[in-house]
Amino acid sequence: MESSVRRKLSKWKGKAILKQKWLYLMMLLPLTSLIIWNYIPMYGIIISFKDYSPAFGIWHSPWVGFAHFERFFNAFYFKDVIVNTLRISLYSLAVGVPLPIILAVMFNELRNKRYKSIVQTISYIPNFISVVIIVGMVMFFTSPADGIINSAIEYFGGTPIDFIGSPKLFPHVFVWSGIWQSVGWGTLIYTAAMSGIPQDQYEAAYIEGASRLQCIRKITIPAIMPTIVICTILATGSVMSVGFEKVLLMQNDANLATSEVLSTYMYKAGILNAEYSFSSAVGFFNNLINFIVLYLVNKFAQKFSETSLW
Amino acid sequence: MYQLSRGDKVFNGFNMILVGIFTLVILYPLLFVVFASLSDPRHIFDQVLLLWPRGFTLEGYKRVFANGDIWMGFKNAVIYTALGTAVNVIMTTLAAYPLSRRDFRGRNVITMLFTFTMFFSGGLIPTYIVNEGLGIVNTMWVMIIPGAVSVYNMIIMRTYFQQNIPVELEESAFIDGATDIQLLLKVVLPLSTPIIAVMMMFYGVGRWNGYFDAMIYLSDRNLFPLQLILREILVQNQMGDAANQAMMSVNQSEVSALKQSIKYAVVVVSSVPVLLFYPVVSKYFEKGIMIGAIKG
Repeated sequence: MESSVRRKLSKWKGKAILKQKWLYLMMLLPLTSLIIWNYIPMYGIIISFKDYSPAFGIWHSPWVGFAHFERFFNAFYFKDVIVNTLRISLYSLAVGVPLPIILAVMFNELRNKRYKSIVQTISYIPNFISVVIIVGMVMFFTSPADGIINSAIEYFGGTPIDFIGSPKLFPHVFVWSGIWQSVGWGTLIYTAAMSGIPQDQYEAAYIEGASRLQCIRKITIPAIMPTIVICTILATGSVMSVGFEKVLLMQNDANLATSEVLSTYMYKAGILNAEYSFSSAVGFFNNLINFIVLYLVNKFAQKFSETSLW
Repeated sequence: MYQLSRGDKVFNGFNMILVGIFTLVILYPLLFVVFASLSDPRHIFDQVLLLWPRGFTLEGYKRVFANGDIWMGFKNAVIYTALGTAVNVIMTTLAAYPLSRRDFRGRNVITMLFTFTMFFSGGLIPTYIVNEGLGIVNTMWVMIIPGAVSVYNMIIMRTYFQQNIPVELEESAFIDGATDIQLLLKVVLPLSTPIIAVMMMFYGVGRWNGYFDAMIYLSDRNLFPLQLILREILVQNQMGDAANQAMMSVNQSEVSALKQSIKYAVVVVSSVPVLLFYPVVSKYFEKGIMIGAIKG
C-alpha cells in the first residue's frame, strides 16, 4: 500500500521534471558556466595548501599545509598591507554608504520635475566611464606640472602639490575620485525604493503641520530603511577588498607606502612573480575575512532590524 | 497644490542650490575634458576656469585618428563588446527565466548556487589556472566566454520577469500547447524590451570599460582592447607611434603640449560609444527596475 503510493509519487515527480525539460535545458548552459568559472576556482583554492606546479596540476601537487599562510602572516609588510587595505576600505565605507542616501533624499525633495530629472541623469554619467579614464582624469586634474588644481593653486600664489605622489594624500584622492564616480549611481536604488512610498502619507503629514525635515525623518527614512540595511550589509562584505583595478592604475613608487593593498599585493605575487600558491593563499585569506564579516554583520542585522540578507 | 510655508520655501531653495552645486561638481570635469580636447594645451590655463575651447584646434583628434594602435584597440574592443555582451544577455536570460517561474523544480537550490558566488569566490589565481587549463589564455575567447552571468544582473532580470509577465498569459499559452521555449521567445521576450536594453547597457559598458582581464590574460599586442592602449597613453604616458610621428623636429614644450592634446582627445573618442547608448537606455533606469535587485 505504502510502496505503491511512493511509486506513484515518484512517477509523478519524474513526470513533472520531464514536463519542465525545456526549463532544465535552458539552465544547462548558464549552470555549466557557473560551475566552470565559479565553482572549479573554489575547488582550486586548495592550491593555497599545496606547492602548485603546472606540471602536476591542482590535485597532484604536494601538500604543504599552512606554510604559505605562515609566510604571509610573518612577512614584514603584512601589517602595512592590512592597515592600508582597511584604511582605504573603511574610509570608502564611511563616506560611500551615507552620501548616496543623503543625495537621494535631496533628489526626492526637489519639486521641479524637469530639474530633478536633469540632475539625476547627469549624476549617473560618471558611473559609465572606465576606470582607466577616471584615473587619467585624476591625473589631468592633480598633475603638479599642468593639472587644473595646481594651476589654480599657483594662480592664487600657492606652491603646487603632488597629490598622487604623496602617501598622505593618496587615500583621499582614491576615495573621493571613487565617490565622484559612484555617488550618483548609488542614489538609484534609494530613488527606486522611495518611488514606492504612497504620496498620501506626505499629504496627511502636511495637513497635520509637519515640516519637510520631519517628513524626511518620519516617512522617507523609515520607508527606505530596509534598502539602507541591505546596502550596508553588502558594502561591509567587501571590507577587505579594495579592487585592484583602480589601485593598480594609481599606484607608483612614491605612494606605495599607503597604496599597496591586499589585492595589488596578491596580483604582484601571483601574476607577476608566478607564485601561484602563495598568491592564492593571500586571496583565500582575503575572501574568508570578507565572508566572515558579511556573515557577522548579517547576524547583527537579523538581531537588531527586520531586514537581513538571508 | 498647497500654500507653501516660509520654512518650506527656504528648504526648497536651499535644496535646489545644493543639488545644483553638486551637479556642477559632477559635470564640470567632463566638460573640461571636452573643451580641453579642442583647445591649444598651452592656453588652457591662461585663466583659472576653462569654460569654452581656448585656442581652438583639432590637432589632438588628428593624432588620435592617425594612430594605428588606437584603431586596433577600438576594433578589438568592438568585437569583444559585441560578442561578449551577446553571450552575457543570452546566458542571463536563460538562467533568469526558469528561475522566475514559481513552478520550476529545483529553483531554490539553483538560486542558492548562483547567489553564493556573490559572497565567496575562488579568487584571481584559481580562476587564472582554470582559464589556462582551458587553453584560452592569450586568445580572444578569454575576453568573451568567462563570466557569462553576473548574478546581480540575473537577479534583476528574474525579478523583472516575475513582476511584469502575468501568470495568466503563461497559462493560456500552455493551454494553446506552447512549450517553455516558445513561451520564452514569443510571449516573455517581446514584453521585456526595457530589461533587455538595460542588460545590454550594463554588460556592454562593463565589457567596453574593463582593462584588468585583458591585462592579465593577453600578451599579444594585436589582441589588446582599447582600454589597454588608453592605459599606456593616459597612465603610463607612453604614446607609441602617436607621439613619435612628426615629433622629431619640434621642440620640447610643443611635444608635451601635443601629448596633452592627444590625452584629452583620446578620452573623448573612447567615451563616445558609451555616451551614444546612454540616453537610449537611461529612461529605463528609474522604472523600478533596480528595486528587485535588493531582494536577493
